[in-house]
Amino acid sequence: MTTVPISNIRNFSIVAHIDHGKSTLADRLIQTTGGLQAREMKEQVLDSMDIERERGITIKAQTVRLNYHAKDGRDYIFNLMDTPGHVDFAYEVSRSLAACEGSLLVVDASQGVEAQTLANVYHALDAGHEIVPVLNKVDLPAAEPEQVRQQIEDVIGIDASDAVMISAKTGLGIDLVLEAIVHRLPPPQGDHDAPLKALLVDSWYDVYLGVVVLVRVVDGVMKKGQRIRMMGTNAAYDLERVGFFTPKMTQVDELGPGEIGFITAGIKEVADTRVGDTITDDRKPITDMLPGFKPAVPVVFCGLFPVDADDFETLRAAMGKLRLNDASFSFEMETSAALGFGFRCGFLGLLHLEIIQERLSREFDLNLIATAPSVIYKMHLTDGTELEIHNPIDMPDVVKIAEIQEPWIEATILTPDEYLGSVLKLCQDRRGNQKELTYVGSRAMVKYDLPLNEVVFDFYDRLKSVSKGYASFDYHLTDYKPADLVKMQILVNAEPVDALSMLVHRTRAEGRGRAMVEKMKELIPPHMFVIPIQAAIGGKIIARETVRALRKDVTAKCYGGDITRKRKLLEKQKEGKKKMRQFGKVDIPQEAFIAALKVDS
Amino acid sequence: MTRNDGDPAFGVYIHWPFCLSKCPYCDFNSHVRHVAIDQERYLRAFVREIETTAARTPGREVTSIFLGGGTPSLMQPSTVGGILDAIGKHWSIAADVEVSMEANPTSVEATRFRGYRAAGVNRVSLGVQALDDLSLKALGRLHTAQEAMEAVAIARSIFDRYSFDLIYARPHQTPAMWQAELQLAIAQAAEHLSLYQLTIEADTPFFGLHAAGKLQTPDEATARALYDVTQEVCAAQGLPSYEISNHARPGAECRHNLLYWRGQEYAGIGPGAHGRLDINGIRHAVATEKRPEAWLMRVEACGHGVVVDDRLNSEERADEFLLMGLRLAEGIDPTRYQALSGRALDPLRIAMLREEGAIMVDPNGRLRVTQSGFPLLDAVVADLAA
Ligand SMILES: Nc1nc2c(ncn2[C@@H]2O[C@H](COP(=O)(O)OP(=O)(O)O)[C@@H](O)[C@H]2O)c(=O)[nH]1
Ligand SMILES: C[S@@+](CC[C@H](N)C(=O)[O-])C[C@H]1O[C@@H](n2cnc3c(N)ncnc32)[C@H](O)[C@@H]1O
Ligand code: SF4
Ligand SMILES: [Mg+2]
Repeated sequence: MTTVPISNIRNFSIVAHIDHGKSTLADRLIQTTGGLQAREMKEQVLDSMDIERERGITIKAQTVRLNYHAKDGRDYIFNLMDTPGHVDFAYEVSRSLAACEGSLLVVDASQGVEAQTLANVYHALDAGHEIVPVLNKVDLPAAEPEQVRQQIEDVIGIDASDAVMISAKTGLGIDLVLEAIVHRLPPPQGDHDAPLKALLVDSWYDVYLGVVVLVRVVDGVMKKGQRIRMMGTNAAYDLERVGFFTPKMTQVDELGPGEIGFITAGIKEVADTRVGDTITDDRKPITDMLPGFKPAVPVVFCGLFPVDADDFETLRAAMGKLRLNDASFSFEMETSAALGFGFRCGFLGLLHLEIIQERLSREFDLNLIATAPSVIYKMHLTDGTELEIHNPIDMPDVVKIAEIQEPWIEATILTPDEYLGSVLKLCQDRRGNQKELTYVGSRAMVKYDLPLNEVVFDFYDRLKSVSKGYASFDYHLTDYKPADLVKMQILVNAEPVDALSMLVHRTRAEGRGRAMVEKMKELIPPHMFVIPIQAAIGGKIIARETVRALRKDVTAKCYGGDITRKRKLLEKQKEGKKKMRQFGKVDIPQEAFIAALKVDS
Repeated sequence: MTRNDGDPAFGVYIHWPFCLSKCPYCDFNSHVRHVAIDQERYLRAFVREIETTAARTPGREVTSIFLGGGTPSLMQPSTVGGILDAIGKHWSIAADVEVSMEANPTSVEATRFRGYRAAGVNRVSLGVQALDDLSLKALGRLHTAQEAMEAVAIARSIFDRYSFDLIYARPHQTPAMWQAELQLAIAQAAEHLSLYQLTIEADTPFFGLHAAGKLQTPDEATARALYDVTQEVCAAQGLPSYEISNHARPGAECRHNLLYWRGQEYAGIGPGAHGRLDINGIRHAVATEKRPEAWLMRVEACGHGVVVDDRLNSEERADEFLLMGLRLAEGIDPTRYQALSGRALDPLRIAMLREEGAIMVDPNGRLRVTQSGFPLLDAVVADLAA
C-alpha cells in the first residue's frame, strides 16, 4: 500500500486554543481527502469519547492517515495527529508533536490569539516544527483576519503573511490548507534500509485487540511477523498486526520510515509499554535510543469517595478500567472517618480531575464526593528529612517541620481589557506576583507567578466568571518556594472532620474557615442538642458557628388508624439518613461536605 | 380496664364521611353533601363490608369499636344500632367492649345521645376544639363555646365515659392564654382529654392562608412552650399524657386508640377507612375507597370497598410498631421490635439517645421516650429506625 516515497509523506499536528476549530478542520480534511464516506462522517470524528465530543476537548491523541492527490499531480500521504488542546495534557501534546515535522496553527479569526494558542505553538516550536498559520472562521462577520494575522506576528513572532484564510465550517479554503501542507511542511527524513528505529507514541487497551501501540517509524520498516524489541522495557514481541487509521483501523504489510501507524503484538497491559520508548528489530537491534519523554506525573490530588458506601467496589473497578488507558491518573485506597472508604487520586491538573470524575459518574453511574484538591508540598523536617505530602492527614506535627515549600506556576492570562481589573484582583487575591502586562491587539496579556494550591481551588471557575468567559488561561509549573502554610481543621461538635482538613496559606485560613463553617451550619439539620461548628488551626479557633437545637418536631394530631402516611414519612426520613454520615453524635448530610469543600472565601 | 399491650385485642373502626360543613384546617376524609344522605343504603353497605371483612378475620373477639369521621353524630341512632348489630353478628364481642363515638357538640346532635347509648355506644368524644367563640369562629366551627359545654353536660349525664378534643397552638395563642383555657377544660373533663396541636395540612384553606402569611402559627419555641404547658397542667390535674396528645386519669385511656398505638389488629369499615389485619401470620395494610359514593358502589358490587391491601414486610411492620409505640408513655418492648424486624435496635443509637435524655430504659426492659424526648419524637423515631 505504501507506494509513495518518503518525500511525499507529511506528518503534522493541528495546534489551537480550545474551540478555535481544530476538530472541525480535522473533520473537513478527512472528508475532503475521502478518508470516510459521507454516511460514516459524524462530527468531530477524532474525539471518540462522549466527554470529548461534548466538551469539545480532545483527551487522547488520535491519528489519521489521509491520501491526497495534489495539484502537482503527485500522491501524498498525510498523517494527521490530533492533540489535546488543554494545559493539563501538555505532556500528551509534546509526545504527539514529537512524531511530526510540522503544525497547522489554527487561530479563530474572530477571537484572536488566546492563552493556549501560545502554549501550544511554543510546544510545536520546541519540537522543531515548521508552522503554517491558519485563520479559521473567516465566514463570521466578527472575523478580523488582518488584525489576527498581525497579532500572530507580534505575539508569537512567526511570519504570518502567508496565513491561510479558511472556514472549517463552510469548507472555504480547505484546498489551500491541503496544498500548504504539501508545499510548506517538510517531509520526514529516514533510511528505509537501516535497522528498525521507531518511537512508541502512545498505547491503549482495546477489548478486541488487546494493547494497541501507536508508533512513528524513524528508520527501517515494521512488518507483520517481525520480532521487535522495546528498548526501555527490554521486552520482545512478535508483531501481529501492522496498520494505520483512516480513521478506521486498516491493516498493511509494513510501515516504512516516516510513517505513523499502529501495531499489536499480544501485549497484555498498557503498563507493559512505556510512552517514548524506542522500538527496534530484535534480530538487528540498534544501540542509540530516541531521547524519550519524561513520564507524566500527577500534580493535583484529591480523595474520591462513593456517596453510597456500597459502591466502593464498583469505584475500585471503574478506576482500574480508566487507568488502563490513562497512566497519568493514579489512585490508592484511603479511609476517612467522615466519608468512609475511598481513594486518594492524582491528576495532571484540574481539568483532568474533572474529566475523570465525570467519566466515573457517567460511564459507571457512580455518585462521588471529592475532597478539596491538594498539590504536592515539600516538608523539610527539623531532623533533616524531606517529605512530599499531598494529603493533609499525612502532615507531621508542626513542631517537627522546619520549612514547608509549595509549588508555583507561571500563568498566562489573556483577557479583554474591560475585565483586566477583575482578573488582576483575582490573581492578587490568590497571592500572585505580576510579572508582565502587555497588549495583544485589544486584549491584555498578563503573566503571573501564582502558588498552584491557589489555582487548584476553583481559580479557573472564578476566572471564567469574572471575565464572563472571555479570559483564557494557561500555566506551567516553575519551582517550589517556602510557604507559610497551616493545617486548618473543621470541628463538628468538637470532633475534627478529617475530610475537611486542608493546608492553606495562613493569610487565607480565616476567610476559608469562616466560609466553610457557615456552609456547614446551613446544611446540618438541627439535632436534639446544640452543635458547635469550628474552624481551627492547631488549638486555635478561627471561626465558629452553631446549629441550634431542635425544639419541637412531633406532629401531635390523631391519625384515625392511617399509619401508612406516617410510615411513608419515616421511610423518607430513613432514606435521608442514609445520605448522611454519622459523625460522632452528629448526622452530616453529604451535601454539607460537598458544599463546604466548594466554598470560596 | 386498659389491658396490657401483649393481650389479644381486635378493634373495629367505622368511618362516617359526612359533615355539615368543612372546617378550614381539616384534611380528614370528610365531605359535605347538599342532598339528603340515604342512611339506609349506607347502613346496608356498612353491613356488607363488615360481613366481608369478618370472613377474612374469623374468630376474633372485638375488644373496641370506634365510630369516627367526618361527623358520625350525624348518623341516626338506628344507623349506629344497625352497624353495631352487624359487628356483633359477624364477630364475637368482648363483655367489656368499649364503643366510642365522635360527636360534634351542637345542640342538635346532643338530642341523639340517648339514642346512641341505647344502640350500644358507651363512650363519646366531643370535638369542642376551643373554649371561646372567637377561636371557634376562626376555626370555622358551627357551634359556640356555650353550646359545646352544654353538649358536654348532656354527654356527662348520659355516658359513663366521655372525652373532648381541643386544638391548641392556634394563631395568636400564648402559653398563658392556653393555660387558662386548659384549666377551664379540665374542670369539665371527667377522665379524658385529647389535646392536638394545630397542624397545617396541605390542600386545606389554612394551608393557603399560612403560606400567604395571612395565618400565623406559633414559632417552634412557642409551640414548644405550649406543649410544655399542656404536659404540666394536665399532669398536675391528674390527667397525665398516656400518648403524645392524649391525657387520661390512669385507667381511663381510650382502649381503641391504645390498640392503634400498640400495633394491634383492627378492621376499617366505611369510605377511606384504614385497617391492619393479620392474615396467615402476615400483616396487611388495608384501605378502602375514599369517595363515599364510589365506596358505596364498590361495596354494592363486590361486598367491600378495599382499594389497598398491602402485605407489610418485616421492616415496614417494625417501623409502624416503633413509630406508633413510642407515642405512648408506656413505650415499647424492644424484644417485640426485634421479633418483628429481625434485628435489634442499634445499641449505639440507644446509648446516644439515653445520654441526650430523650429516652429511657425501664428496669423491666421497656424503652420509653422521656418527657423531654416527646417534643422531639419524630427525630427520636427516625434515629432509632435508621
Ligand atoms: N462560524 C464558524 N464556526 C466554526 C468554524 N470552525 C469551527 N466552528 C465552530 O466552532 C466551535 C468549536 O469548533 P471545534 O472544531 O470543536 O474546536 P476545537 O475545540 O478546536 O476542536 C464549533 O461549534 C464549530 O462548529 C468556522 O469556520 N466558522
Ligand atoms: C377525626 S377529627 C373529627 C372530629 C369531629 N368531626 C370534629 O371535628 O369535632 C378528630 C379531631 O382531630 C382534630 N383535628 C382535626 N384536624 C386537625 C388539624 N388540622 N390540626 C390539629 N387537630 C386537628 C380535632 O381536634 C378533631 O376533633
Ligand atoms: S367537623 Fe370534624 S371531620 Fe368534619 S370537617 Fe370539621 S374537623 Fe373535619
Ligand atoms: Mg476538539
